[in-house]
Amino acid sequence: MMSKEDLINRLKAIVSPYAQNKEALNSISEDTDFINDLKINSANLVDVILDVEEEFDIVIANEEMEKMLTVKASMTIIESKLGEK
Amino acid sequence: MANRVVITGLGVVAPNGVGLQAFESAIRGGKSGIRFDEELKRLQFSCQISGKPQLNDALIAQYFSTLELRNFNSNGIIYGVIAGMDAWKDSGLPVAEANEPFWDYGLVFGSGTSGIDRFREAIYDIDELKVRRLGSTVVLQTMNSGVSAYLSGKLGLGNQVSTNSSACSTGTESLLMAYERIKNGYADVVLSGATSDSGPYIWGGFDAMKVCTYKSNDDPERGSRPMSSTAAGFVPGSGAGALVVESLDHALKRGARIYAEILGGHVNSGGQRGKGTMTAPSPIAVQRCIRQALQHANVLATQVNLINAHLTATSMDSLEIRNWVEALERSGDDFPTINTLKGMTGHCLTAAGSIECVAAVLQLHGNFIFPNINCEDLHPEITNLIASKRIPQKTLEQRSDILIKASFGFGDVNACLVLKKYNENDV
Repeated sequence: MMSKEDLINRLKAIVSPYAQNKEALNSISEDTDFINDLKINSANLVDVILDVEEEFDIVIANEEMEKMLTVKASMTIIESKLGEK
Repeated sequence: MANRVVITGLGVVAPNGVGLQAFESAIRGGKSGIRFDEELKRLQFSCQISGKPQLNDALIAQYFSTLELRNFNSNGIIYGVIAGMDAWKDSGLPVAEANEPFWDYGLVFGSGTSGIDRFREAIYDIDELKVRRLGSTVVLQTMNSGVSAYLSGKLGLGNQVSTNSSACSTGTESLLMAYERIKNGYADVVLSGATSDSGPYIWGGFDAMKVCTYKSNDDPERGSRPMSSTAAGFVPGSGAGALVVESLDHALKRGARIYAEILGGHVNSGGQRGKGTMTAPSPIAVQRCIRQALQHANVLATQVNLINAHLTATSMDSLEIRNWVEALERSGDDFPTINTLKGMTGHCLTAAGSIECVAAVLQLHGNFIFPNINCEDLHPEITNLIASKRIPQKTLEQRSDILIKASFGFGDVNACLVLKKYNENDV
């Protein structure tokens, strides 16, 4: 099982090109919100999810995508998908 | 009272020169931008030469962020953004601050297609049932107004932001649209321009119509031959041109350098009636467009010093010359000096008018006339109408005061503009 820290670091690498607030990116934590904190353009959220799918080799359903607005929610979904494998 | 309208900034991405300096030096030197095209050969095109702007990643990275360039595959937008940003910088106008756009600055930037290579990738993905894998970038790169959307965002333009499309007259039409908007007082500044994608998916249709030359695959630089008796069709090209158009008052107030004044112009269509068809221009409509442009500009045909023509190197060239002769009622020695850029660039299609308008303005401002290349064997139908000395084949260091520019497009559409060397004493 991957540690929380590892998971956050992998997420950080994924969102890095889309995050316009680099300060918030550097202090990324479970509580970080993609749009409000990292200032990711909302249109780019679908790109983040595609990159997550690729990185973790998982498939994320539309209903789950809608919830992936924070680091914490994303970690929950990724962990549950990895648990199913 | 109507505003006087001037041109204060230029930008260009052309097959024979990227950036204003390189382009001016290329057109002064009669330098061809036509090269052998391996990709067209591999795809078994009849015409295996093309005019493509020579760009590199380092240059592109000056205009686009790393994020913007992720999954980016729209060369038309790249050409348009580089030309547009360069023109804006050349004009000395600022970029809007973060929180408010310039409400009185707008943009009309034409395109015929957008991101056709990106569109092709998307079509393959969709047909493989991978629509959800397209991500967020397909729409922005493939909507026709993509180039306008990218440019207006980078500059912060808050007036009209639009993309016009009228085949090969697009670029000239966009300059006329910018002129009209400023003249009528709806904007202070309008960035005009047009861009055209590169590559086989744009050019294939023309190759199939047999309007491109297949006779110069082993001699690319001599392949584009407007007005020549051995003209055998046009050479496909691409790129973008951009011009900052501004009210004279606004330009004077900020102490801008003024390249030229736009006196007026006209757009029309032959309606595919009479001799006009989907692909052949109606002579009556072309001549009417030229005459109306002069009338609107309040200029007499006898005052025209220089014609920057459409002349693409097809069998239509003689017809175009005849149309100029009849519209201006000038022929032989009395005909104005005429030139066409397409011998050097090929036919840059949607972008042709804008790239050629940049070349036209450079000539007025710089007191020179660029040479016609590859027409050492002028077509006799042309020399029967106008004196060969009116078709310079060497650069002339010569001042012109009135220049007339026209572009014609499929669909029987025409656009014609009258430009004047700027003189601060004119009222």
